[in-house]
Amino acid sequence: MAKVLMKGNEAVGKAAIEAGCRYFFGYPITPQSEVPEYLSSELPKVGGTFVQAESEVAAINMVYGAAAAGARVLTSSSSPGVALKQEGIGYISNASLPAVIINMMRGGPGLGTIQPGQADYNMAVKGGSNGDYHNVVLAPASVQEAVDMVMEAFDIADMYGTPVIVLADGLIGQMMEPVEFNYVRREGIPEKTWALTGKGKGERHNIKNLVIDPDDCEAWNHEHFEVYERILANEEAWEDYLMEDAEYAFVSYGTASRVVRTAIGYLRAEGYKVGMIRPKTLWPFPQKAFDKWNGQVKKYLDVEMSMGQMVPDVAYACNDKNKVVFHGRTGGNVPTVDEVVAFAKEIMGGDK
Amino acid sequence: MSTFSIIFAGFGGQGTQSMGKILAYAAMLEGKEVSWCPSYGPEMRGGTSNVHVIISDEGIGSPVITKDATCVVALNKPSLDKFAHTVADGGALVINSDLAELEEGQAKAGTRVFNIPANKIATDAFGGSKLANLVMLGAVVYATSPIKVESIDDAFTHVFEGGKAKFIPDNKKAFELGFNCAKELDK
Repeated sequence: MAKVLMKGNEAVGKAAIEAGCRYFFGYPITPQSEVPEYLSSELPKVGGTFVQAESEVAAINMVYGAAAAGARVLTSSSSPGVALKQEGIGYISNASLPAVIINMMRGGPGLGTIQPGQADYNMAVKGGSNGDYHNVVLAPASVQEAVDMVMEAFDIADMYGTPVIVLADGLIGQMMEPVEFNYVRREGIPEKTWALTGKGKGERHNIKNLVIDPDDCEAWNHEHFEVYERILANEEAWEDYLMEDAEYAFVSYGTASRVVRTAIGYLRAEGYKVGMIRPKTLWPFPQKAFDKWNGQVKKYLDVEMSMGQMVPDVAYACNDKNKVVFHGRTGGNVPTVDEVVAFAKEIMGGDK
Repeated sequence: MSTFSIIFAGFGGQGTQSMGKILAYAAMLEGKEVSWCPSYGPEMRGGTSNVHVIISDEGIGSPVITKDATCVVALNKPSLDKFAHTVADGGALVINSDLAELEEGQAKAGTRVFNIPANKIATDAFGGSKLANLVMLGAVVYATSPIKVESIDDAFTHVFEGGKAKFIPDNKKAFELGFNCAKELDK
C-alpha cells in the first residue's frame, strides 16, 4: 500500500480498523477528537459500530462489555478523559479481557491544558485503578509508529488477555506524517473460547469481577502475575539510537524523544559521545536495554514532558539512582532543542 | 543528506496549514521523510495559526522547529515578529509584504528576504486574495527548493481530489505567479 499523509488521530483510527477492530466507544476531547470523528464515519462502512457514549465512564464500560463478548474493541481519549476511565480499566484487567485504550496526552493535572504532555506516565504505567495489576503500555514517537503500535496493541491484548494502552500525546495526534498500513496478525493468538456469545447448546461462560473468598482472590492475582511474567519476558521493546560508543545516554520516549534526537545531532557535531535509549514499551520497561549498556554509560539523561515521572524506573533499571539526571517541561510545553543541548552540556561538562 | 525546515505562519483562515500540507504532500511523493506539525487549539480562531513542515532524506527528529529554520513564511506582522529570529544563518524569510513589513534589524544578517505582494498578485489575477497562500508557496519553493517544482502538480492531484479538481488550474497559476515573482526579486 502506498504511503499517505495522515493526521495521527485519523491514522490510529484507520490502524484499528485494519487490525480488525469493529467497535469504538468514546467521548470527544481535544486533542484526540479526530479519532472518534474518523471512526464515526469509517466504522459503519466496514460493518462496525461507533457509539459516542454519554461519558467516558459509560464508554469504558461499553468497552468492557464488547471485550467480554469477544470483540476487538477500542476507546480513545486524552488525559482527563482517561482519568475517568480508570475504574473500568481495572475491571477489564481483573476480568483478563483484551481491550485497547489510546491516550493522546495533554498537560495536567485536572482539566489542565489542551497542549501536549507526558504526565500520565504514572497513571498508565503504575496503574490508575485499584488493586494489583499492570497495563501493557506502548509509547509511539511518530505517526507511523502510532499506527504500528495500535495494530500490535490488539494482538498483545488478545495474546495475554489484558488491556493495552497506547500512550501518545497531542502532538502525535495532531501532526501529519506519511504512513502505510501493513497489518500482519501475530502467530499464536489464542481463540476466544471464553467469550460471552450466547450459550445456545454450548457451554456456559461466565466473566466476573467479584472474587469474594480471599484465597480465591489471591490465587486469581497470582494467575494474573504469571501472565505478567510472560509479558515481561517477551514484550520489552526499545530503540538504541547511536548507543555503540555512547558514554552518556538520554532516556526519552514519544514526542520528547524526537526533540532529543535532534539535540543529539547538535551534540554529536561537537564531538560528544551521546546516544539515546528510547523505550517503546513503558510497561514492561525495557530492562534489557539498560543491562546491555549500563557498563559503558556514565549518566542517564532522562528528558520528558512531565516533572520526571519516568525517573524512578530509569533509576531502577540502571540500578544506580546517582546516575540519573532529569530535564523536563510540563503543563503543555515541549522542550526545545536548545534547552536539551544546554542541559546535556551542563551534565557532561567538557567530557567528549 | 539535506533537511528543509519551514515555518508557515499567519492568521487563521489565510491558508497556512493547507500550503504546508501541499508542500508536505509533494515531498512525500518524492519519497522524502516529512512531518507536518500544526499549532492547534484556541489560537486557531482568528489568532495566529502556524505549521512546521520538515522535509528530509533521513528520519526526522523534533517536528517542532525552534531554531535553524531553512525558511520562515510570514503571512502577517505578528507571525513575522514571532518567527523571524528562528531563520538559520543564510536562510530565507518570505514575507507577504501587503500585510507585513520587515523592521530594521529584524532579520539576521545574511538572511535572504523575499517581499512578496501576495495579496495584490492574487487579487490582480483572480479578483480576490484567497489564493495569496499559493502565491507565497510558489515563492517559498523558488527561494529554498525543498522539492522539485514539477512535484507540486502531483501534490495538487492528491490534495484536490474528485470534485475539488476544478480548483487545480487557479492554484497552479497562483503558485507560478509567486514562483516567478520571487525569481524576479532575486535577480
